[in-house]
Amino acid sequence: MRVILRWFKYAVGLGVIAASAGLWITRPNPLPETALSSVTGDPIAGEGVFAAAGCASCHSSPDASGEARLVLSGGRAFASDFGVFYAPNISPDPTHGIGEWSDTQIASALLRGVGREGAHLYPALPYAAYNKMTLQDAADLIAYLRTLPSDQTPNKPHDIGFPFNIRLALGGWKLLFERSDFVVTGDLTPEQTRGRYLVEALGHCGECHTPRNALGGLQRDAWLSGAAIPGGNGRTPNITPAKLGWSEAEIVEYLTSGFTPDFDTAGGEMAEVVKNTATLPIEDRAAIAAYLKVAPAIE
Amino acid sequence: MRSLHILLAGLALAAATTTTLAESHVDPAIAGAIKARQAHMQLYAFNLGTLGGMAQGKIDYDADAASTAASNLAALAHLNGRAYWLPGSDNASVDGTKALPAIWADGSDIGAKAAALVEAADAMNAAAGQGLEALQAAMGPLGGACGGCHQSYRQSNN
Repeated sequence: MRVILRWFKYAVGLGVIAASAGLWITRPNPLPETALSSVTGDPIAGEGVFAAAGCASCHSSPDASGEARLVLSGGRAFASDFGVFYAPNISPDPTHGIGEWSDTQIASALLRGVGREGAHLYPALPYAAYNKMTLQDAADLIAYLRTLPSDQTPNKPHDIGFPFNIRLALGGWKLLFERSDFVVTGDLTPEQTRGRYLVEALGHCGECHTPRNALGGLQRDAWLSGAAIPGGNGRTPNITPAKLGWSEAEIVEYLTSGFTPDFDTAGGEMAEVVKNTATLPIEDRAAIAAYLKVAPAIE
Repeated sequence: MRSLHILLAGLALAAATTTTLAESHVDPAIAGAIKARQAHMQLYAFNLGTLGGMAQGKIDYDADAASTAASNLAALAHLNGRAYWLPGSDNASVDGTKALPAIWADGSDIGAKAAALVEAADAMNAAAGQGLEALQAAMGPLGGACGGCHQSYRQSNN
């Protein structure tokens, strides 16, 4: 009996140690305070990062168009298998926006998925892609965000049920699914490398075009092969060379005007994406096309 | 041999029944309306093919051909399609369409989107015969007007 009790104590002790170690390993890991000390943000360059990263598509107010897309008041709803996420206000407003956040705090949100208070953020913010963003691009983007109009719209809390409302558990999600390496590897031309950065890091194309597992992790072995759209509005198409038979010029045209080779047009969320890609330098759209041609063909 | 005949007859009957059942699900008026508007979309795409082909340099610019396509496009945009955008012909109610129920829902701005298309198509009609650069400049707003509707009111592809 005494032996059993002793073993039981060991087991409990080990369990506590394991749980503590788990919490320690999966704790929020913000950028160090000096992370951006080597770079200076340029707001003009940041405008390009802003377009490539598609910030306005999620953070502008619902149905904003034209100049109003630069008012990042938040409020758009994003249905998921785990509940509804509401994009927060990331305008420079000191109370409702991110005006009081330091550059490092904003960069930590983007690159590490850690909020100002040090808690894990939900991967509705695509930090699993943005974590591949260069510090220079992050600094430029932050400098640009600070030039945008302020807005006093309060944040709407996410509508997430138990157990997904436990932010501590997001550390486990990050450990399992957040990867900082690129999916496409091997010898790439400078253009393909630029395209990879635009697709896999800033553009976060895989967030919609790659299927997810039951816990919302991207299935990297099915990269860009199309996925169900949360909320039931159809599927995103497979854009790997196995299914997307467009030439590079046709891909560039689509990302410029929204026209497909047979003159259908981009619809759904992709129409928002084209608004962004249309403002990129043509070399960037060509780079995206070049990358898509060397992405793994997945049926 | 006889059993094979019976099997084939049975299969044929089953196929015929299935077809009839599938068709009987959709009100003929709705089915006809969906067919008509999809044909309308095809005509847009066909004429856009001429303009877009020139804009992209796939076919040589020809002022007459461009003007004809643009005037067709404008005529199409001006058509009153209300009769074939019937309530109950959305993708939640019937198969064979990607039209979202939001088109007919309260707060729908489909009228404004249609007006934007008319404006962009008229602008293209004015520009298409005025040289390749004018045509190219009118292409973006036209695509934007098409996309304006497809963004909010059409089920995503695939």
